Amino acid sequence: MFELRHIDKVYNPGTVHETCLFRDFSLRIQTHSFVSVVGSNGSGKTSLLNILCGSIPVDGGTILMDGRDITQMREFRRYARIGRVYQNPAMGTCGSMTILENLSMADNKGKRYGLTAGTNRRRMEDYRAMLAPLGLGLEDKLGVQVAALSGGQRQTLALLMATMTPLDFLILDEHTAALDPKTAEIVMLLTDRIVREKKLTTLMVTHNLRHAVAYGDRIIMMHEGHVVLDKAGEEKKQLQVEDLLGLFNSISIECGN
Amino acid sequence: MLLSILEQGLIYGILALGLLITYRILDFPDLTVDSSFPLGAAVSAVLTLAGMPPVLTLLCAILSGALAGLITGLIHVKCHVRDLLSGIITMTGLYSVNLNIAGKANVPLFSGDTLFKNAFTKSLPDFLRPYSTLLIILLIALCAKLALDWFLSTKAGFLLRAVGDNPAVVTTLAQDQGRVKILGLMIANALVALAGAVMAQQQRFFEISMGTGAMVIGLASVIIGTNLFHRFSFLRSTTMALIGSILYKACVALALQIGLDASFMKLVTAVLFLIILVSSQFTRKKVHIRV
Repeated sequence: MFELRHIDKVYNPGTVHETCLFRDFSLRIQTHSFVSVVGSNGSGKTSLLNILCGSIPVDGGTILMDGRDITQMREFRRYARIGRVYQNPAMGTCGSMTILENLSMADNKGKRYGLTAGTNRRRMEDYRAMLAPLGLGLEDKLGVQVAALSGGQRQTLALLMATMTPLDFLILDEHTAALDPKTAEIVMLLTDRIVREKKLTTLMVTHNLRHAVAYGDRIIMMHEGHVVLDKAGEEKKQLQVEDLLGLFNSISIECGN
Repeated sequence: MLLSILEQGLIYGILALGLLITYRILDFPDLTVDSSFPLGAAVSAVLTLAGMPPVLTLLCAILSGALAGLITGLIHVKCHVRDLLSGIITMTGLYSVNLNIAGKANVPLFSGDTLFKNAFTKSLPDFLRPYSTLLIILLIALCAKLALDWFLSTKAGFLLRAVGDNPAVVTTLAQDQGRVKILGLMIANALVALAGAVMAQQQRFFEISMGTGAMVIGLASVIIGTNLFHRFSFLRSTTMALIGSILYKACVALALQIGLDASFMKLVTAVLFLIILVSSQFTRKKVHIRV
């Protein structure tokens, strides 16, 4: 379970550009829930993910992971239990390294990165078996540099790498936004399957309202650092894309857009 | 002259291996090099004079270089100083350290045994003796290259390559990217100090300013090597760096051969580096490290 308690976050404090994003912001993400987060640009979606992962510090409040205070915990330590996929497919993989090297590196997460061989030949068949069902042809390209792959192939690889080892939380930061519609569908289906199989507590930021409605068991809409809509369970199942779009528009009109 | 080009080229090739890590892998313009090169030389020279077997002095030089890299790494990672400035700070400070280790600006090794002049090399048959220095340098350079190749194929080596390529991946793997960077700087400067130590043994003296321009020479070698040979997919980047270094030394020798005075050495070094740097911008794609 993730819990944000009374979070304050101010950008550029003490300057003319000072903007307060969160004031006394609280949110609770239940274990094994799959939460979609929607909202306009600047509403605080990505900041929310960055605060959870420790990529940016907070100015006040506490962050709890399964009841443990992680507010002061450094970013890399938090990832021991968190997997994260970014919007940019290049962010989750190493372009100068091969698919095999990338997978081997991700496969070792949680263990020591010592002086033993970086790749394990015996795992190669497992990697092929993992890649083959995706239908992207990656299983025959283990020795290819990741930089040579398409955005969709790279993002799929990033998703697999982020979720290869045992973990509890998955953070998805608009991870289908840079993909073409067909690849976005493939990645979304794969995401859903992994989340179910591994019973991950998932937080997915997306601009795709259809994805937000179709996947997950809870939906949150954010606006200017506040949660303006929060539906779970049956209420969420009733929700249509049109309802979200309506709310989206009414918020935008309020702001004079 | 060919012999001297090969000897010098391979010694600077060891230095180029270090710069391959900082420049090509970590993308860190590490000026520590200009001081860790003479640091290795000073350590090796002083310990040799004190009676330590020359081979052991190389090991001490390696350790001293790693320490220099550690300092630059700590300044950069822990004190959040920009990469270039961290190197400059260590480089400046090390000058005094080098001077104090050596005791004076110039330490000759003319009397007594060195790595290249000892009972073993004297026992070699006549036809081998002119090449003994080259062979020993070749052996050391190959050992350094193979060790680096091996390291880059380990899990720790994978992390090092990943941190330069995409630090976010290292962080999401729950590893401290700062520590990986520091490790990379330590290995790089250890190699550079080794090159300095071998240099001192070969030229039979330590001189405080012998590191000036070392980074430029190493970088030029790495860029020549990796840009010229990136089509040859069977060559590893480490091999390319060694060959690049020999080619670079050959270019400098050529420039001096056509009548330039030796006092223009550093100017030749700088201009040659500029030419290489500018021409390398014409290679279409980014050159990746290949291991």
